[in-house]
Amino acid sequence: METQTIKLQATDSQDTERITGKEAIIRCLLAEGVDTLYGYPGGAIMPVYDELYKYQDKINHILTRHEQGATHAAQGYARVSGKVGVAIATSGPGATNLITGIADAQIDSTPMVCITGQVASNLLGSDAFQETDIIGISTPVTKWNFQVTKASEIPEVLAKAFYIARSGRPGPVLIDITKDAQFAELDFKYKKCTAIRSYKPVPKLNLSDVEAAAALINNAKKPFIVWGQGVILGKAEAEFKAVVEKSGIPAAWTILGVSAIPTEHPLNVGMVGMHGNYAPNMLTNECDLLIAIGMRFDDRVTGDLNTYAKQAKVIHFEIDPAEVNKNVHADLAVLGDSKESLAALLPLLDTKEHTDWHQRFKDLYQIEYDKIISEDIHPTKEGLTMGEVLEGINTVSKGDAVIVSDVGQHQMIACRYAKFNHSKSNITSGGLGTMGFALPAAIGAQMGAPDRPVVAIIGDGGYQMTIQELGTIFQTKVPVKIVVLNNEFLGMVRQWQQLFFDRRYASTEMVNPDFVAIAKGYFIDAQKVTKREDLAGAIETMLASEGPYFLEVRVEKEDNVFPMIPSGASVSDIRLE
Amino acid sequence: MSEIKTFTVSIYTENNIGLLNRISAIFQRRKVNIESLNTSMSEIEGVSRFVIVINITEERIKKIIGQLEKQVEVIKAFYHTDEQTIFLETCLFKIKSDLLFEERQIQNIIKESNAQIVTVNKEFFVLEKAGRRSEIELLYRELSAFGIMQFVRSGRIAVTKDEMKISSMLAEFAE
Repeated sequence: METQTIKLQATDSQDTERITGKEAIIRCLLAEGVDTLYGYPGGAIMPVYDELYKYQDKINHILTRHEQGATHAAQGYARVSGKVGVAIATSGPGATNLITGIADAQIDSTPMVCITGQVASNLLGSDAFQETDIIGISTPVTKWNFQVTKASEIPEVLAKAFYIARSGRPGPVLIDITKDAQFAELDFKYKKCTAIRSYKPVPKLNLSDVEAAAALINNAKKPFIVWGQGVILGKAEAEFKAVVEKSGIPAAWTILGVSAIPTEHPLNVGMVGMHGNYAPNMLTNECDLLIAIGMRFDDRVTGDLNTYAKQAKVIHFEIDPAEVNKNVHADLAVLGDSKESLAALLPLLDTKEHTDWHQRFKDLYQIEYDKIISEDIHPTKEGLTMGEVLEGINTVSKGDAVIVSDVGQHQMIACRYAKFNHSKSNITSGGLGTMGFALPAAIGAQMGAPDRPVVAIIGDGGYQMTIQELGTIFQTKVPVKIVVLNNEFLGMVRQWQQLFFDRRYASTEMVNPDFVAIAKGYFIDAQKVTKREDLAGAIETMLASEGPYFLEVRVEKEDNVFPMIPSGASVSDIRLE
Repeated sequence: MSEIKTFTVSIYTENNIGLLNRISAIFQRRKVNIESLNTSMSEIEGVSRFVIVINITEERIKKIIGQLEKQVEVIKAFYHTDEQTIFLETCLFKIKSDLLFEERQIQNIIKESNAQIVTVNKEFFVLEKAGRRSEIELLYRELSAFGIMQFVRSGRIAVTKDEMKISSMLAEFAE
């Protein structure tokens, strides 16, 4: 017995290595395949930065100009690559500055791990310099969080962090590590986490639910699919496309779902929601079967719930049981991973075309085209429109660019008009609506998709919320293309003021600086377009440029985004003017 | 579904710091008042059990259960009506010892209420009573006429009439 015990211990010590907590953190990140970190140093995280210095050939740390920028960059990286984004910051203000990005990642289901330094464990609760209760603060906006106070906890906790962030419905995880735990030594051994007993990331697919769904779909006369980001997060694009094509069902997307199938796909009928397309919104209230796939019936999608698809049966394909019946009653829920569910559904579907039903979508699209789209993308008026800028980008990029949009009018226009050939191409702040998201997110997106053009579409308001990230772009030479659609207004708020507040433009007019001069101050090539005849050339120059590029387009000051479902109105009360 | 009722929420969880905060935040975010909250060990080693009482509609409690179960360290959450559980609260009264000997009526109250004397010393005695809220309130009213030095009442603890099947759930996970 005794010899056996000794032998076991000997094996253990051979398996482990005596290293410091700070080195263990880096080794864990490397073991999880992390190649890029976004962050900002400070007192309580300095030991980790000291270690990063030693590992700089293996792990690329991007110094953003604000911790919020680090989270959005990590989000952009995660959203284009499907990998976990990592942000790192110090305690106190460094940690609190992460919160907006964490909340954004939580509501948009983005896999992210944030690591914060914390004051030494003996100082916890003493109001020490730069001490803040980041665990308490981040709890409601994280999928999971944990405070590490002992070096020995680091491998297991970080393994759990990555597993939780990426598995099931992804989300942000925050790990707070006290400074003494970073300095202390541990016997290091890394084992990836593959299961946690209290956590079931993917519900087991019930085949009888899939069969019931197939029966409903095969019998439906006017079936309608609304898909969301769940298709992309589940890497189910191929299965989804096959389901749509075999069943012949018109399919519409939420702003986080777009690009799962190419925009030009004949069965793609456009965007649902407040500024979505006319046909899919109107026909939501005419279909006899609504098939929701990996989407959560956000209020911006549904409008008034009491008048949302009441005539239809609803099937909800969803990975997160808490989403079922949360906003819209599902007659049938198919719980599980979208890839698995859709693969199981496919062979059970009848091959159909639904020609007459498609014609309804085409007819309504024509109305929207004549009333709105035509003037948006091929304007006859003098002032430049946001839509024609997007159309100009489509012409050059041919749908191969990653479009990163901020929040507001330009975001709705970008989502409405950008063409996508590839999945994971529309990076935007959907649920939280975080102004300032796009510029830093574009940095991460470009690093996550280095071979693709990345174009950030930003309003003049949101741009100035994180404009300091131009410094990051300058320093890293990351070749993002920045398009600021400048209407000298907080345009979406102004639109609401015009429509619902009797044109009382309270604090929405912006007196802006010389954006081109600012970009040039960071040595970023830049130009401003004020006339239509210069637009196409400027877009070509921008997309052909090797490095980062800034393009300001002066657009019509008081254009509105239509169609529009007024807040709280029914989807079928969508306004064309 | 739309009628406000009293529900007892039972949550089986890992025993981790911060989980109480995470769970209470789910109620707070929806502006749902927690009427009482109790945490303790459960029938399974290493697994904690929260018992939370709230007044709410069944429609809303269902959604809250979904949000609770979504938490990584929550194993399972249930909700039950009063009829589906055996529940009680417990309370302690601290009362001047003189009264115990001078006021005969107090002895009758103690006897009739099935309360237990936990300790007696020269200055005070402590009375413990477990039962339904109404029984505790009745005892409180009867004793307050004589003067109560201190009073405290616990949150509700409850067991369900039906089986919870947590052990089999954990066993299933281990497979």
